[in-house]
Amino acid sequence: MNAIAAETAMMNESSVAALVTQISFRDFNFYYGKYHALKNINLDIYRGQVTAFIGPSGCGKSTLLRTMNRMYDLYPDQRASGGLLLEGMDVLDKSVDINRLRARIGMVFQKPTPFPMSIYENIAFGVKLQERLSRAQMDDRVEWALKKAALWDEVSGILNQSGMSLSGGQQQRLCIARGIAVKPEVLLLDEPTSALDPISTMRIEELIAELKEDFTIVIVTHNMQQAARISDYTAYMYLGELVEFGVTDQIFIKPGKKQTEDYITGRFG
Amino acid sequence: MDLVRRRKLVNAFALSMSMLAVAFGLFWLFWILVDVFQLGIGAVRLSLFTQMTPPPGSEGGLLNAIVGSLLQVGLATAIGTPFGVLAGVYLAEYGRYGWLGRSTLFINDILLSAPSIVIGLFVYAVYVERVGHFSALAGVFALALIVVPVVIRTTENMLVLVPDSLREAVYALGTPKWKVITKVTLRASRAGIVTGVLLAVARISGETAPLLFTALSNQFWTLDLDKPMATLPVTIFKFAMSPFADWQRMAWAGVFLITLGVLGLNIAARILFRQKHR
Repeated sequence: MNAIAAETAMMNESSVAALVTQISFRDFNFYYGKYHALKNINLDIYRGQVTAFIGPSGCGKSTLLRTMNRMYDLYPDQRASGGLLLEGMDVLDKSVDINRLRARIGMVFQKPTPFPMSIYENIAFGVKLQERLSRAQMDDRVEWALKKAALWDEVSGILNQSGMSLSGGQQQRLCIARGIAVKPEVLLLDEPTSALDPISTMRIEELIAELKEDFTIVIVTHNMQQAARISDYTAYMYLGELVEFGVTDQIFIKPGKKQTEDYITGRFG
Repeated sequence: MDLVRRRKLVNAFALSMSMLAVAFGLFWLFWILVDVFQLGIGAVRLSLFTQMTPPPGSEGGLLNAIVGSLLQVGLATAIGTPFGVLAGVYLAEYGRYGWLGRSTLFINDILLSAPSIVIGLFVYAVYVERVGHFSALAGVFALALIVVPVVIRTTENMLVLVPDSLREAVYALGTPKWKVITKVTLRASRAGIVTGVLLAVARISGETAPLLFTALSNQFWTLDLDKPMATLPVTIFKFAMSPFADWQRMAWAGVFLITLGVLGLNIAARILFRQKHR
């Protein structure tokens, strides 16, 4: 796998200038109790790029995503081993300040999860954890985040209403706004559109294209067209292993492995 | 007999049996309510709220018993609720996967169904006997001991109902655990926890057995927690058992007041809970 990553990186250096690795997995393994869910993963996530994880249900793509902000720490029987580096920092090290880590790596989930508070408070909540801002600065930040998430025009007049009162698509954009308001370096998206209608999905996809200007984005999706439309790099996973990783166009047009091709063409999965 | 007709018959039989069971339950409930209201309303008069419990054969009211009940129930709730909520938070958020949490929850469930007279005797043994006299404070302790397991169980239940997806979303922002709990999960389950507290209040305001060995009763007005104090349930018990007609009438008035209070609390709890789970 290392060879593939290196090869892809080399190949891209000609087209895209200076591709920088932000997160890297080295011989990474993950366990749910005794179950070996991720096997020897070697993978680089590049800064400022959109990387998509695809694969059939249960292949470990969400699991892999959730290791980057150590979400699994919440559950005592889950553990990871091997190398996982964020800009050289060992993410798995016990001494890592996990709250600081999660502020650097934001996450948006499959189901919209607005907090039981106002729209304004939903955005301000995470910011308050990291920074002390004046009322005016906070107002600016909330507006900035909502504009980035393409939600400002719809909610600017109702910031004091409950976040739960929004529609599903709006709620998901609120969650994205909440995630980017703390100005993370990486944004993890776990099937962010699977619970949304086609129009909301389209808006979120447009949003992702804009957000990659500022953030590194990693997205798990079971929708292959979506991966093809929005990602720069694609990782195909199967049964806890990384089968193939490379430039999205190449993976979709000329995959290196028969298994990947079968999945992408719909013959399997 | 063909299959469809057989199914219809079985369905009709099962339906009528279950409706009969409902009617059976409701019949007694309504009989009790009607009796309480008929006999109770007739005994309610203004003096009930202005005068003390009388000796047999003279006029009087239930003021000392009403105030005694409010005071003891209020104090017991004020003491029991923080313990219950904090323990519930521990069980749902910290000890959910550990052996300590699970065994505590099991023991709590036993305590929850313990007969209240046992709790009365327990407080008698560890407190009243040592101090040497009955007191309102002992009654408050006994009632608080009943409140704690109820509040623990509802708090734990309501917090566990908060979906993990919401909890994960809060953690994903880099939120420390105590803030996740105070700002989001407790807030999301607030209505349920308040409902639990209201139900606990309803439960203890009708308890008689744990007070018999602790607060006992008092014919006269007192707010001294170190003295025996009257409560509605114990006064009802005393008056209803007596051979005097005027005492018996006042017992009915007391029963009416308690029923009204508990009914009101239950309805309030329902409305609160429904608002949350609309």
